[in-house]
Amino acid sequence: MSRLRRNVDANDWAKGPADAPVTLLEYGDFECPFCGRAFWELKRLESAVGDRVRFVFRHFPLTQLHPHALLAAEAAEAAGAQGKFWEMHDVLFQNQQNLEAPALLTYAADLGLDMGRFTRDLQEHRSLPQIQRDFIEGVRSGVNGTPTFFINGERHNGAYTAEALLAAIERRAGPDIEPMTGLPWEGDRVPRMGRPQSHM
Amino acid sequence: MVTLAPPPPASGIRSRGLPPGTRAPDLGLPATPDGRRITLADVKGSPVVLIFYPGDFTPVCTNELGLFNELMPVLGQFGAKVFGISCDSLWSHIAFAKELHIQIPLLSDFHPKGEVSRRYNVYREEDVGICERALYVIDGKGVIYWSYVSPIELNPGADGVIDALERLTGKQMEFPTFQPQQQRPQPEART
Repeated sequence: MSRLRRNVDANDWAKGPADAPVTLLEYGDFECPFCGRAFWELKRLESAVGDRVRFVFRHFPLTQLHPHALLAAEAAEAAGAQGKFWEMHDVLFQNQQNLEAPALLTYAADLGLDMGRFTRDLQEHRSLPQIQRDFIEGVRSGVNGTPTFFINGERHNGAYTAEALLAAIERRAGPDIEPMTGLPWEGDRVPRMGRPQSHM
Repeated sequence: MVTLAPPPPASGIRSRGLPPGTRAPDLGLPATPDGRRITLADVKGSPVVLIFYPGDFTPVCTNELGLFNELMPVLGQFGAKVFGISCDSLWSHIAFAKELHIQIPLLSDFHPKGEVSRRYNVYREEDVGICERALYVIDGKGVIYWSYVSPIELNPGADGVIDALERLTGKQMEFPTFQPQQQRPQPEART
């Protein structure tokens, strides 16, 4: 159980060098509040580890729980088709309370996307197969909720604060990956959130 | 304002479940949405998936049930009947199902408390009086085909169940209906 069944490839949204010693892959849902907290933790982590970690995002929308998650994922894909996946990814996580269709159009316009194309992509559900594929592959790889992280293909079962992720990354990659500057904003600006360890 | 302390933490595995090849003990428990009692005889001929979970509304269970709920169409491909079981009352189950839009019938092992969990050897008598986090796949003849007890604090995911159903039925899981695959652009450069 719980190893990634498909390695990261050209079909994935990745940022960071392909030959980075560590690949941190998230299965996420744009409407999931835990993913929203993890988003800020990843920002902290990213600013500390620089180019030594490659970040990958795959979709895992829980549509029964989160009615806007699927359309939001499609919006990220439609932005990606115009070269702005990560920009839209960030905007969606920063506006999790506001993922209705009109809001998505506003975000797209703000990113300077070709609106005709963006709207058409959403209306035709062009990226739906890719999103469903991410979801099903995630299930087969042991994704058990959102967010679920894999570090170099192995499921990370611990907390997902920047500190916990960095510690797990160091265990995998050794001292090569020590943070350049230490993690920023410790304690104050970002809500603490770990995967609950001690409760049912 | 008075804040209630959380319940004492439980961790690890205390009860090991029943191995494959064992005749599955009967259920006979009331289920959401209408309180009707479910027995294994009701679902004879179909594979059955039992999801034992420690408690309604607890964080890991919420994730776990949410995931299986999402996967109902996939489990349906194998003709599987899926049930969640915990020692909560039926009223708690109803509230939990409503809150999470859970379509999986939730069986209440509330009275006599934990009786069915005991039969499946997944009751934690000595520490917290709840059942383990355990998964069972039962074949159409009522024999346990696959079982797994997870450390109680870890959500096991659904891959083990799907793998077992594939082996049991000899069917490969099908992807949902796909439109023609679109080619993605190359990953963007880091900005």
